Amino acid sequence: MSSENKIYFYPIWLRTWHGINALGIIILIITGITMNSGMEKSLISFNLNIKLHNYTGAIVSLNYLLFFIGNLVTNNKKFYIVKPKNFLKRPMKQAYYYAWGMFHGMKAPYPLSENRKFNPLQKYFYIIIMYLAVPLVIISGIGLMFPEVIFNKIYDISGVLITAVIHSAMGFFISIFLVIHLYVASIGKSPLDNFKGILNGWHHI
Amino acid sequence: MRFITFVLLFILIPGRTQPLAAQSYDDPKNHTCLQCHSQQAYAFHNDLMDKQEKRLMNPYYILDTIAIRNGVHQNFDCTDCHSFEYSTYPHTATLKLEPMATCLDCHGGDEAFAKYEFDKIDEEFHKSVHYQVYGDNFTCSKCHSQHTYHPSARNSSSITEIVENSNNMCLSCHNDMRKFELVADSAIATVVDIHSWLPNQELHFQHVRCIECHTAVEDDLMVSHNILSKDHAVRRCAECHSANSLLKASLYKYQNLQERAEDGSLLGVLSHENYVIGSHQIPILKTLSLIIFFAVIGGIIVHGIFRIILKK
Repeated sequence: MSSENKIYFYPIWLRTWHGINALGIIILIITGITMNSGMEKSLISFNLNIKLHNYTGAIVSLNYLLFFIGNLVTNNKKFYIVKPKNFLKRPMKQAYYYAWGMFHGMKAPYPLSENRKFNPLQKYFYIIIMYLAVPLVIISGIGLMFPEVIFNKIYDISGVLITAVIHSAMGFFISIFLVIHLYVASIGKSPLDNFKGILNGWHHI
Repeated sequence: MRFITFVLLFILIPGRTQPLAAQSYDDPKNHTCLQCHSQQAYAFHNDLMDKQEKRLMNPYYILDTIAIRNGVHQNFDCTDCHSFEYSTYPHTATLKLEPMATCLDCHGGDEAFAKYEFDKIDEEFHKSVHYQVYGDNFTCSKCHSQHTYHPSARNSSSITEIVENSNNMCLSCHNDMRKFELVADSAIATVVDIHSWLPNQELHFQHVRCIECHTAVEDDLMVSHNILSKDHAVRRCAECHSANSLLKASLYKYQNLQERAEDGSLLGVLSHENYVIGSHQIPILKTLSLIIFFAVIGGIIVHGIFRIILKK
C-alpha cells in the first residue's frame, strides 16, 4: 500500500509490538542498571525495582512472541532475508554513507521501497538484536528466575554467574542498540519524521 | 503400622511392665524411663537381695529433658523408637544387640517429609567420607542427636546461632576424642592445630560452618551431606572471597527456591526480590561497557554536530 511518496511500512500489529517493546525495554534498562550497580537510592525502592524488572521482563518476553509469530505469518519476514552476495560490502557501503557520504552529496545507496524496508546495515543490526540478543536475554532471564535449571558450573565458574553475565551483557548491547536506533531514526526527511512514522504507520521515502 | 506393633507388643510381652506415660517429658520424675535416665543416680528395688538400692547413672545415658522438650521429636515417647521391653528393669541384656530404629525408617520415602529431602540426603551421605570410611556404623545420630535435635538452619534468622549449632555437630566428635574413637581407630590432632594455616581462624569458626568448606556444594539441597575427605576440602581463599563464588551461586538458588516454596504462583515468582549482579561483578567488563557506551555517545555527538553544521 502506498500513496505519493509514502509507504505503509508499519501495520498495526507491528506498531503495537514496537510500542510495548519500546516502553518495556526502557524500563528494563533503567531497572537493570539500578540492579547491576547496586544503586539502593533511586526514585523507587530497590525491592520494587526488582519486581518491576521481573514483571516488565515477562511482558516484553510475551511481546517477543507477537514479533516472532507476526513475522512468521505475514510478509514482513522477507525484509529480514540477507543476501549472500556482497555480504559485508553492502553494510560497509551504508556505513560509509552515514559517516562520510551523506555530508558530501552522496545519495542513499539503498533507498527504501516496497521491497526494501531496511538498509543492509540496519537489517544486520535488527537481526542480531532480535534473533540473537533478545532471545538470549529472555532465556538467561528465565534461567535467573528459575535458577534450578542452570547448570552448576563450567570448570570453576558458577552457572549462575555465567547466566547473569550473559543476561546483563546482552542487556547492555540492547541498550547500546537503543541509543544508536534512536539517533539513526532522526536521520529522515526531518529529524522527527521517522518517529511519526512508527506511530502512524506511514514512512516517507 | 507403628500403632499395630505397639498393640502387639503390649499383648505379647509378658512380665513386669509398667504403664508408659507418653509425652510426659515435662514431668521426668514420673516418666517410666526418665525417672532414672534424667537423674545422676537412680533407685530400684533389688529383688534378689530384697532391698532398695541407689546407683550412679552412666553419664552418657543421662538425658537432657529440657532439650528433648525443645527437640523435633518432643511428641514421641521413648518406646516409639526404643524397644518396648526397655520398660522393664533390669533391661534384658540382649536388647543391646537388637537393631534400633533408624531415621529413614520413618523419614524415608514419606510424602510428609518430602520437603526435607531425606532420600537425597541419604544418597549424598553415602558418597561422604563418613560413610565411605566407617560404613553403616556411621548413623545419622552421630551428628544429629535424635533426642534433642532442632533444625536451626531452617528456623533461625541468626547466622551465629546457625553456625554454632552446625559446627557443634562436627565438634561433638572432632573435638572429643572419646566420641571420635567410636568410629575411628585412632585419635587425631585437635581441630585448632589442623586449621592453623587458616587466617583469622577464630572468626572463621564463629561465622562459617565447617560444612561450607568440607562438603561438595550442592545447589539443590539445603544442607550438603556429602562431607568430603580433608584432601578435597576448600583451601583456596578465592573460592569464597571472590566475585565468582560458587557459594554465592548456591545461596542465590537457595533463596530463590525458598521464596518459591512459599509462593509458587506465577505472580509470586515475578514478585521475588532476589537478584544477582551480572557483568558489573567483573571489573574488566564494567570498564569495557563504560568505554563502549561513551564511545557511542561521543560518536553520536560528533555526527550530530556535523549534521547541524551541514544541515543534513
